[in-house]
Formats: sequence, structure tokens, C-alpha cells
Amino acid sequence: MPRILKCHVGVGPRVTGTALVTDDNFSARYDLDRIRGIFSRPQHKLAGESYVDRVLVVNTAKGGVASAWMLHEMASRGMAPKAILFNRVNPILAQGGALANMALCDRFEDGDVTGLIQTGEIVTVDPARGEVIIG
Amino acid sequence: MTEPMRLTEEEKSMLAGDWGYPRQWAMEHLLRVGAFFDAERLTEVSQAHMMADTESLGEAGVAFIEELAACPKDEREVRIPMITDPRGIDFAHYRELGQEEWMADLEQRAIDAFKALGILMTDTCINYQTIMPPARGERLAFGDTGVVIYCNSVLGAYSNFEGGPSALAAGLTGRVPCYGLHLDENRRATKRFRLEYQPRNLVEWGALGALVGKRTGSYWDVPVIENVEGPLSSDELKHLGAAMASYGSVPLYHLVGITPEAPELSSVCNPDNLAAEAVTEQDFADYFGTYGNQGDKVDVVVFSAPQLSLLELAELASILDGKTVHRDTTLLAVTSPVVAADARRLGISGQIEAAGGRVLQGMCFYQSYAREMGEANGWTSLLSNSAKLVNIIGGYGYQPALASMRDCVAAAVAGEIV
Repeated sequence: MPRILKCHVGVGPRVTGTALVTDDNFSARYDLDRIRGIFSRPQHKLAGESYVDRVLVVNTAKGGVASAWMLHEMASRGMAPKAILFNRVNPILAQGGALANMALCDRFEDGDVTGLIQTGEIVTVDPARGEVIIG
Repeated sequence: MTEPMRLTEEEKSMLAGDWGYPRQWAMEHLLRVGAFFDAERLTEVSQAHMMADTESLGEAGVAFIEELAACPKDEREVRIPMITDPRGIDFAHYRELGQEEWMADLEQRAIDAFKALGILMTDTCINYQTIMPPARGERLAFGDTGVVIYCNSVLGAYSNFEGGPSALAAGLTGRVPCYGLHLDENRRATKRFRLEYQPRNLVEWGALGALVGKRTGSYWDVPVIENVEGPLSSDELKHLGAAMASYGSVPLYHLVGITPEAPELSSVCNPDNLAAEAVTEQDFADYFGTYGNQGDKVDVVVFSAPQLSLLELAELASILDGKTVHRDTTLLAVTSPVVAADARRLGISGQIEAAGGRVLQGMCFYQSYAREMGEANGWTSLLSNSAKLVNIIGGYGYQPALASMRDCVAAAVAGEIV
């Protein structure tokens, strides 16, 4: 039986993918090797993991403004996550999602989204409805 | 569902395409972002500042800008003064840094496209020190987190973090969505810190920013710090804010009795409802303990992030006087084109170069293909006095260490941390 999580209305298209979950934070500049499509920052809890085509579930955004351009650049090469879910996102990632047409949502009604979704689960993200369907 | 934003007749006209494709794209982008953050309307802004390095833009971003730049002149030019953050290339030095021709080619394409949009290529993250410092209450669309936090906190201006696409949309329309720090209720303190150790130099102000940024940890929280002994210099506030924004994605802080919105603690919070956390000397020691050890080899010493002011460059030249950088170590000092011109005219750059250092302009180390530079030069161990830089650069394959400017110079001369 699928579970449905309600969140704030997001940006980007409806997509389905496999979840990659951490309670760590996210910055395209600070954390990624964008050429190889992996987390490269040694201290990051997903260090070494590929984020390509995954539904990435993280706590919040961190760091600088570069991620806004970078999501667009990553998507243009097919080396981006399918979607990113946050507990609370900063303006930069939302702006980047808007330009890249990447599914991106935050503010989940049932609490900490990094505890509501498990790595490996199949997840459908529907930003226009503010819904995430698991299973 | 979110209510649609209220638009003026002029905004509706831009959205309908009456002003051409670039402004129509910009309005659509602003509305998407505004809806995400429940903005009820747009607000006018007086300046825009955009991240424009090609490492973040990539081929796709440059092609996107070129598409806008190909539109008719009256449709494509920005409506308000618009300037740029550091680029990825210093054209006078890129080959010796191991940067490649394709990077310079992409950079030149981006520059040509930005110029066609009427954007002034200032290439700086210290525009508040060098170009046009905003006035209190001025509404802005600024990129670069260090720029935004300084202008909000020290100058009392109003800006959210505006990534490149949103800063560009603001430049084309003269508008941003009215949410976040454009609303006074979001500028009140939500975290309270009490300083029990007074920083003594720039790297320690950066460390304070790191400590408070890490504990704040959210764009939507605002820290207030008590017991800071002022007055502080612009460079001290610059390092404090840049590190806080880097570690915590924090866009605004208050220093009681120092920054303009916090003449008293009660100006920004109800002290009875907000308990204070101490920031102690041990916190500083623990933080520095995570970055570098005596005897560690140093491949490259970098003064950057933010770009150096003229006074920082002068201090660096003074410390380097009579010394020579070790043959196996590279020393880079990065500044804005405006400061670089003054430093050259005043002989400051010559002093740094005479000691074996290099002065770079218009770029910032981490925005300049840092991974490729490291691989080309065999750089892995990096030493800096910038808390912001050491926070960022680990993801680019470096092992960063942090020290004061004086200790960084000593390490550059010895080839290892001393």
C-alpha cells in the first residue's frame, strides 16, 4: 500500500525514482564531484555515493549561491538527481530547481522527511500537488 | 493551494511578453520562486549582483545567457545597475595556474553575453567595499552569500540569497519576490549567542562565523551575538559574515550595539524568551584543531574568499617583506580588479610578487576550477586564513588547513605549517 507524504507545493515536473536518503545537508558546490556524479566531500554522509537519477532526500541546503546555476548544468548533462526533497530549503536550491526544471519540494507535514523515507524505496514526487508517494 | 501573486500592470505586461522574451522568462522564473516561498507580490530592487563564474554556469548556463543576449537590444538589457561576482579566470595568469584553453574560451563567451545584456563585469565579491555600498533599507538582488550577509547585517539593506538565474531575472525586471528577508518579521533574532572570547585577527573572526553558522544551520534562522567588543573593521565583519553564511547558509546576523538593527538586544528579540548559548575560547580551539597540524606540508597558500581588500593586501605585502616563498609552495593572493589596480599603482602587488607570491584579480580560488587547478599543479594540501575557503575546498579534493595571515606566510616560506 503506497504511503503519501504531504508537503508544500514545489517546483519542477512529476517524477519517479529510487530514494537516496541522508540527514546531512546539501550544496552542489561544497559536496559534489559534478563530473563523476558522486558526493566527493569526505565528511559528507553520502561520500562516494552516486546521486545521478536518484530522488535525493536531505535535511537542508547549505553554503553558497552557485547551486542555482549548477543544478541546470548538471541536468543538461543528464548527471543530476531526478528530484531533491528537503526538510527546509534555502532560496538558492529553489531558484536552481526552477531554472533546471528539477522536481524539488520541502516543508513536509509529517515531520523530518529524512526519517520518513528509506534509501532504496521507490518514490514519486509530485511538486504541483505537494505530494510524495512512496511505494 | 498557494494564492497567485498580485502583480502590477507593468509586471503583467512583462509576463505577457510585451517587453520581449528575456523579461518574460524572468517574470516566469520570479513567479515560480515566489510561489515556492508564498510571496504575495514582487518588490522593486535598486541593484543586482550575479554569480557569473563559468565553473558553475557550465556550457549549458553560458548557452542560456547567449540565447538571451541574441534578443533585440531593447528587450535584453537589464533595467537596473547590475554587476558580477568573481569569474573563473584571470586571463593574465590562467595558463600558469594550469587552467585550460577551453575554460578561457567559455569564460570569454560568458563575458561577451553578459556585456550584451548591459551587465557591468566588476568580477568582485567585495562590491560593498569597492563599488557601491548599499544604504540602509535599500532593496537588492545580490548573489554571493558573503555579499548578502554583509549588506543585510552591517549595512541594514534587504536582500535574499539570489542565485545567478534569480539575480539575472531581477536585473531584467527590476523586481524580486517579496519573501524571506524582504519581510521585517523574518529579520528578528531566533538564536542568541554570548561571546566569551574576543577574536584577535581576521581568521578568528572567520572562526566565530563558522561556530555561529554551524550552530544556526539554517537560512531561516537569524543569530544575534552579545558581548562583541567593537568597533569592528569592515574586513573583520567581512570574514565573520562570509564564514557564517558558508557554514550555516545564514543570510543575516546581528551584533548587539554594533550592527544597525540591533542597538539593544531587545531591538531584535525578546530576551526573556531566547536563552543565550556561550561561544567560548575552547570552542575556538576545538574548531582550529580540525584544520592542520604543525609540520604538515603545504602545497598552496591561498588568500581569497572573500577577495582581499586593499588593506589586507598591504598587510600581506608587509608581512612578506624580506621573505621568500618556498620553491615547492605557491602563494596566491586574490582580489578584485578595482583593488588590483590600486595595489599595482601603490607598489603593493610588486612587493608580494618580489617575495614569490602571485596577485590574481577578478576571480576567486574556489570559483576557478579548483579541482582542475589542483590536479594540474599537484596541489592537495592548502592553507588559508579564510574559514569560508577551508569549508568549501574539501569537496574539490584538497586537504585544507587554517591559520592567521602571519602564520600562513610563515608556512609559505617554510613549505610546511610551523
